[in-house]
Parts: sequence; C-alpha cells; structure tokens
Amino acid sequence: MRAQSSAAFRAVCAKRLVKRKNGSADIDKNKRTSGLPSVSIDELERIALTVRRHIIVMTGKAGSGHPGGSLSAVEIVTSLLFAVMRHDPTDPRWPARDRLVLSKGHAAPVLYAALAEAGYFPVEWLESLRKLGSPLQGHPDMHRTPGVEMSTGSLGQGLSMAVGMALAGMLDKSDYRVFAIIGDGESDEGQIWEAAMAAAHYRLGNLVAVLDYNGLQIDGPNKQVMSIEPVADKWRSFGWHVVEVDGHDFRQLLDAFAQAESKKGQPTMIVARTVKGKGVSFMENVVDFHGKAPTVEQVESALRELSSPITGNGAR
Amino acid sequence: MKQGMATREAYGHTLVALGRENPNIVVLDADLSKSTMTKLFAEEFPDRFFDAGVAEQNMVGMAAGLASCGKIVFASSFAVFLPGRCFDQLRMSVAYSQMNVKVAASHSGLTVGEDGASHQSIEDLALIRSLPGFRIIVPADEVASAWATRTAASVVGPMYLRLGRPKSLIVYENGHDFVLGKAVRLLDGDDATIIANGRMLAEALQAAAICRDKGIAVRVLDMHTVEPLDREAVKDAAMETGAVVVAEEHLLNGGTGSAVALVLAEEYPVPIEFVAIKQAFGQSGDPASLLKAYGLTADDIVAAVEKAIARKRQIVSVRRGS
Repeated sequence: MRAQSSAAFRAVCAKRLVKRKNGSADIDKNKRTSGLPSVSIDELERIALTVRRHIIVMTGKAGSGHPGGSLSAVEIVTSLLFAVMRHDPTDPRWPARDRLVLSKGHAAPVLYAALAEAGYFPVEWLESLRKLGSPLQGHPDMHRTPGVEMSTGSLGQGLSMAVGMALAGMLDKSDYRVFAIIGDGESDEGQIWEAAMAAAHYRLGNLVAVLDYNGLQIDGPNKQVMSIEPVADKWRSFGWHVVEVDGHDFRQLLDAFAQAESKKGQPTMIVARTVKGKGVSFMENVVDFHGKAPTVEQVESALRELSSPITGNGAR
Repeated sequence: MKQGMATREAYGHTLVALGRENPNIVVLDADLSKSTMTKLFAEEFPDRFFDAGVAEQNMVGMAAGLASCGKIVFASSFAVFLPGRCFDQLRMSVAYSQMNVKVAASHSGLTVGEDGASHQSIEDLALIRSLPGFRIIVPADEVASAWATRTAASVVGPMYLRLGRPKSLIVYENGHDFVLGKAVRLLDGDDATIIANGRMLAEALQAAAICRDKGIAVRVLDMHTVEPLDREAVKDAAMETGAVVVAEEHLLNGGTGSAVALVLAEEYPVPIEFVAIKQAFGQSGDPASLLKAYGLTADDIVAAVEKAIARKRQIVSVRRGS
C-alpha cells in the first residue's frame, strides 16, 4: 500500500545539493538562483502524486490527523522543497539553508511526506505518524523531526518566527530566504497581522509567505465563519508585494517564487488559491476532512484515484 | 540599607556591557524601551535592537526566530504583558521549542504603583513556572540584577527575569558570587527561616532585625532562583529551624511560596506561612501604601514568623503528649 518512492530523484537532488554546497560559486550571493536547478514540471507532478498518496496512507494508518489542509498544500510544499529552496537533506542544520516554517502546523502530513521524499528521513517513518514515541508528532516538532525548522501547531505563530529568522539573516548578511505557509482560517489570528506589519516595517525582502487559501476552516467556509476578504488587498495595504496564483499549478507557483526573489526590501505574499482535499474526489471541499482521517475503504478508494498525476487547473 | 538602582535599570546597563562583549546579543522590546531600560542598548546598538511596537505576541515569535538562527535574544516588556499577553507564544515558540530567549519582564508586582491593577503583574511567576524548561530569576537589587542578566546571556535556554520598577535597597556588595539555583543565606538563626526574593528580600531583612530585638533568631534565604529551586536549602531550613515563612510580591497561588511548599511537602513537612497577595487584584496607590494594604511589609513577615513558630511549638507539645 506504500506510495511509490522517488528514490532516484532524491539521489539526483542530493548530488546537486552537495555540489551547490561545496562549489562556492553556486551559493555566491550574486549568482544565487532558486533552489534546485531544472526540475521538470512533470517530475514535480510525479512527486506531488507520491506526496498525496503518503498523506492518505499515513493519516489512514494514524486514524486521525488533517488530510484536507495537507492535500491543499501539496504543490506549495513540493515546489518549495524540490524546486525553490536551497537546502540539504543530509545536513538539516546547514546555517546557510533556506528556512520553511509551516505556520499552519496541522498540515504536518504534507510536510512529513515531502521531507521523507526529499531524503530527510526514511519513508518508512511516515507510518508511525501520531503514534507514541514517533518522531512524527501530530504537529511539527523541530526537535524530533529532521528538516522541521520550527515547532508549530498553535496557529498564528509561525509567521512571527519567520520574521525573526529573516531579521537574523539580515543581521548576519546571509542570503538565505525564509518561507512561511499560513492558512486562511489561521489568518483570523491577530498575530498574523502583527507579523505582517513587522515584516514590511523591517523591509524583509528575504521573506516569502504563502497563503494556502482553500476557503474552508473547521466550523465551515471562511465566508461564514470569519471573512478574510479582500485578503490580497489586506496584504498589499500592509506593505507586501502580493502575487495571486492557482495553488495547484506548478508553473504559476514557480513564477511567483521567482518574482518574490527579485523583490528587494519588501516581503512577498503568494495568495495561492487551493482546494481543500485536492486530488481525492470525496474529500475535495468537504469541511469534515479538515481533521478527520480516511477509513480503510476510503484509503483504498483514494489511492485508486491517485494513480496518475493531476495537472493544476482545479482551483476555484 | 542604601537605596540603589531599580533592578530594571541594572538590567539595562548590563545589556549594554553584554552588547559590547558579544555581537550575538539581540534585544527586542514592545514600545516600552524607555521603561524597561532596553533603550540604553538601542542607543548604542541600533542594528541589534528591534522594536515590535505594541505587539508582544509577534515580539515573542520574532525572538524565537532570531534565537533559532543562533542569536541570544532578550525580549522585554512589562510583566503584565510578557508573559501575561503572550503565554501561548511563550509556551509554543519558546518553551516547547527550547529557544534561547530571555524574557526580561519589568514592572512586576504591586510596586508598579499608581497605574493600578491593569498594570500590576502578580501572577507572572505562576504562568512561567508552569512552562517546562524556563529558568526563573527574581533579583533583589542592582547587583543581583546585573548577575541575573549576565547569567541569562551565558546559560543556554529559555529564562525569565522578574524585574521591578522602583529603586531597590542594596543588599549585596558589588561582585557578590551568586550561583544559579543556589539560595543565598544572608542571616542565620535557629527559630525559623524567612525565604524571600525580589523586593521582599529587603522587607525580610528588616523583619529579621525586628525579630532579633524580640529575641527570635531567624535564618534569611534569598531564593533568587525560583526555577530550578534550591531544594537542599529549603530542606535544610526545615530540618534545622522547623518553621518557614515565604515572602514574595506575588499571588499566593503559583508563586515562590507554592514552590517551597511543594518541596517541604515532599521532603520534610514543617509549619509554613505565606506573606503574599491573597486571591485579589491590586489597585492604584504609591508602592509603600500598597505593600502595607496588601500585607507585604516587614511587620507582616514578623507576624508570620511568630505564627509559624507558635505552630511549631504546638506540634512539638502534641508530640510530647502534654
């Protein structure tokens, strides 16, 4: 039942990363290019499929967890770890690494699946999700899981941490970039807007936030629970450079990340329109799958659906 | 006792000295730098000082992020906002994440004075004591505060410094050799032990003088470190003096007294009395009047000592069957 592994891809990544790390020209400040070179969109879509299958299997085995908001962020996380970020799975604490903070910590399954595929830890660990003593806690724990940058889970805090990391990068004159993924329900938290203000105030061009805008939160649609619209305008008015994309379309995402990199002295918010439960018909746009695991039958049915890559055109 | 600087002032000056010695030290404040005295650091090291504005929650998150990148981060505000306003942030971003963040909270306790209950933090120790991994220091004077600040910079991990607004009476000579987690025995006596910290240490020393005039010999311990608590000193006090009084500028529930009582209950139960704020909020007033109104003076400590000794004698006489 285990999802297909892209071990070959991981080997390629590792080699390239080591080369980038050792060849100083590759991480030269002036020549810095986004993450791993030349990963094809086809390859990213194949990885995304594997990540989706992992999410289904691991939450199914755990019998609990948050599949909906994990599935909506698959392309975002896959883009970052496999095409955008400069990082080294063999050296998770490499000081010059780009940082990723999953502020919406309940989407831990997507992060774990992608980290495993990138080679941070064995794919077999995924089956231990949420079990006593597991390195994979219900919400991300930086001290238990290699590749998890920050412990999160109580909403609204990750963006502030990312602001702190970006400030440290500025102080150290290091060229690493900091990425934070926040949720739309999470955007109800006042601290998000405190952090938004601070990032613009301190002109953090090395900071990129991505809003996983799937439109649903625990009690229902954002529109009913707490409206966040006009959310792109809000971020603009807070002083951020804002890019709106289809959050399941790799080309749009990669373009947005490249745009963000070219922005100096201003943080970028990528508003990524996504579908909660994306890729599994009976989970898509279903509020209940925010925090409910699939049953054994649902896992089988979901895996049947997730047998070939989906292309990004399903956003609202 | 001579009057010296407020503990917050000693903190501010020590931060500047630390900033000169260590480029890795970063200071954050939430629009109160003139009161917390971090402005001294901000003036000399503007690049390493970040004002979060009136946004304590974000400040704590930023502190955690900076610490995760190897910075030694001091974050300051009033104790009523830090930890009061941002307990969840301290729990998740600092304590659970084991970040090297130093929470230096000034204006603790009732002696904030005229600002009144909204600004009088009398529950901050209870909040911070509940977070695993936080070390806690409550310095009594400028010397202790300077040591506490240096200790915060050199010991890795979350730490809470409880600082005060008013000038403090000088208890220690410059360069006193403090040890984190080791109480200081300032006076010795066999009849009872007064355990105090912060502002109340000076009251405890005055109380001890009054007791001496009454023929009562008390031991006085400065329990400057509340976490980790000096269990040995507490146990020794119980075994050797048989009666304990804890005096602190904090609520009865969850403060130093609770920590001491726990050790006594586990190790060597003897009568214990608490000079602390009973379950109530503060109010406006000058510091001296407030301490009097809430039962936190040297006289209150003396009364508590006499009560504890009376209870001790009662137990002894019951045991003797008389």
